[in-house]
Amino acid sequence: MLLALLTAACSDKSGGPREIAGADPARGLEIARRVGCAACHETPGIAWPRGAAGPSLEGFGGRPLIAGRFPNQPDRLARWVREAPSMAPETGMPATPISEAEARDVAAWLYTLQ
Amino acid sequence: MSARTPGTSGWPPPALDPAGPFAGPLNVLAWVLFAMAAAVLVIVLAALGVALFGPRRWRARLGGERLIWIGGLAFPVVVLSALLIYGLGLTSRLTEEPAPGEMRVRVTGEMWWWRVAYLDAQGREALQDANELHIPVGRPVVLELDSADVIHSFWVPRLSGKVDMIPGRRNLMRFQADAPGVYGGQCAEYCGGPHALMGFVVVAHEPAAYEAWRARQAVPAPAATVPHPGAAVFDRSGCGACHTVAGTAFNGLAGPDLSHVGSRRTLGAGILPNNQGALAGWIADSQSIKPGNRMPAYPVLTGRELRDVSAWLESLE
Repeated sequence: MLLALLTAACSDKSGGPREIAGADPARGLEIARRVGCAACHETPGIAWPRGAAGPSLEGFGGRPLIAGRFPNQPDRLARWVREAPSMAPETGMPATPISEAEARDVAAWLYTLQ
Repeated sequence: MSARTPGTSGWPPPALDPAGPFAGPLNVLAWVLFAMAAAVLVIVLAALGVALFGPRRWRARLGGERLIWIGGLAFPVVVLSALLIYGLGLTSRLTEEPAPGEMRVRVTGEMWWWRVAYLDAQGREALQDANELHIPVGRPVVLELDSADVIHSFWVPRLSGKVDMIPGRRNLMRFQADAPGVYGGQCAEYCGGPHALMGFVVVAHEPAAYEAWRARQAVPAPAATVPHPGAAVFDRSGCGACHTVAGTAFNGLAGPDLSHVGSRRTLGAGILPNNQGALAGWIADSQSIKPGNRMPAYPVLTGRELRDVSAWLESLE
C-alpha cells in the first residue's frame, strides 16, 4: 500500500485520474452523498444541493493544494476529508463520520473530478 | 437513481407503496381511478374512431340523440356517483374526530418547514418538535393539521392521504404505520419558493422504543446544560431569537425547536442528512442549500466558531 501511495505521488497529470490502491471512486461518491458533502461543496455528479460554505469540488483532481495549504497527495487527502481540524485547527470543515477506508474511497473519488 | 443527495431515508417518498391500514384503501382507490380512467379513454377513442372511419350506419347511430342521453348523461351520473360513494366509504374513517385515548399530534405548516406538537388528552401541547414525527407502530394517530401562513398540504404517502393545511382551519387526518421504519413526507401544495424542499420524516417505533424516545424528548438534552464554546457562539450570534433549546435561555419561536436537533434524522425539513458537516453548511449558508428559506446566511463566523456551534447542536440528542 505504501508503495502504491508513493508511486501515486508522482502521478502524471496527462493520464487518467490518480488511483488509490484498494479504494473505489464509485463507493466514494456514494459515501459523499450519504454524508452530505454537497451541503457545503458544489460537486460534479451531485445535482442538489450546491452548498456554498466551502469551495467547489469541480476540477479537484487536478488541484495542487488541499484547502490552499497542503500538497494534494492521497494520504493527506484521505486524512483531510476525515479529520480536517486535526490538520488545520482554524478550518470551518468539521471531522466527518466516516472510517479510514471510507476516507480513502472519498479521496479516490475526488481525484476523478476533472 | 435520484440525482438528489439523500442520506435522508424516505425522501422524496414513493407515492404508491402503502405501509398502513389508512394508506392501503387510498392506494386501492387510486388504482380503481386509474383503471376507470383508462376504460373511459378506450371507449372515447373507440367512439372517435367510429366517427371518423366507421361505416355510415354506425356513424348515424353515434350521432343520434339516444347515445347522448345514455353515454353523455346516464353513464357518467351512475359511474361518478358510485365512485363517490365508494371513495367516501373507503376514506370516511380518515377524518373522524379523535376518540378518547387516541394519540393526537398537531402539525402546523410554516414556510417552509413543519412545527410539530404532541398533544395530551385535553388537547394541550405536551411536547414540541419540528420536521419529524415519531409514532408507535400498529396504533392510529390523529393529526390536527393547521397552517401559520399560506396553504400547505401534508402528505406522507405510505401512511395516509393528502390533506391541505389551511390557515385558521383544523383539518384532521388519521394515519398508522404497521411496521417500524422511516417514512418520508412532502408538502403537496405549492407554498412559495423552496416548496419542493419542504420534506418531512415519520419514524415509526415499536411501542417500548417509542416510549423511550418520548421520555428523552420530555427533558432537556443532557448536553444542553453543560458549558460548551458552541453554546457561546449560538448565544453571541443571536440564534436564540428564533430557536428554542430546552434547558437554556434560548427560547425563540420563529424557527424550528432545536432542543433535540442532534437526534433528528434530517436537517432543513427532511432534505439533508443530519451530521456536524451538514449542520455547519446549513448554518454558514442555508440559502445556497434551500434558496429563499427564512434563515439568513452567517458569513460572520470563523471556521472554528462554525465547528463549535455545529458540534454543540449535534450533541443535543
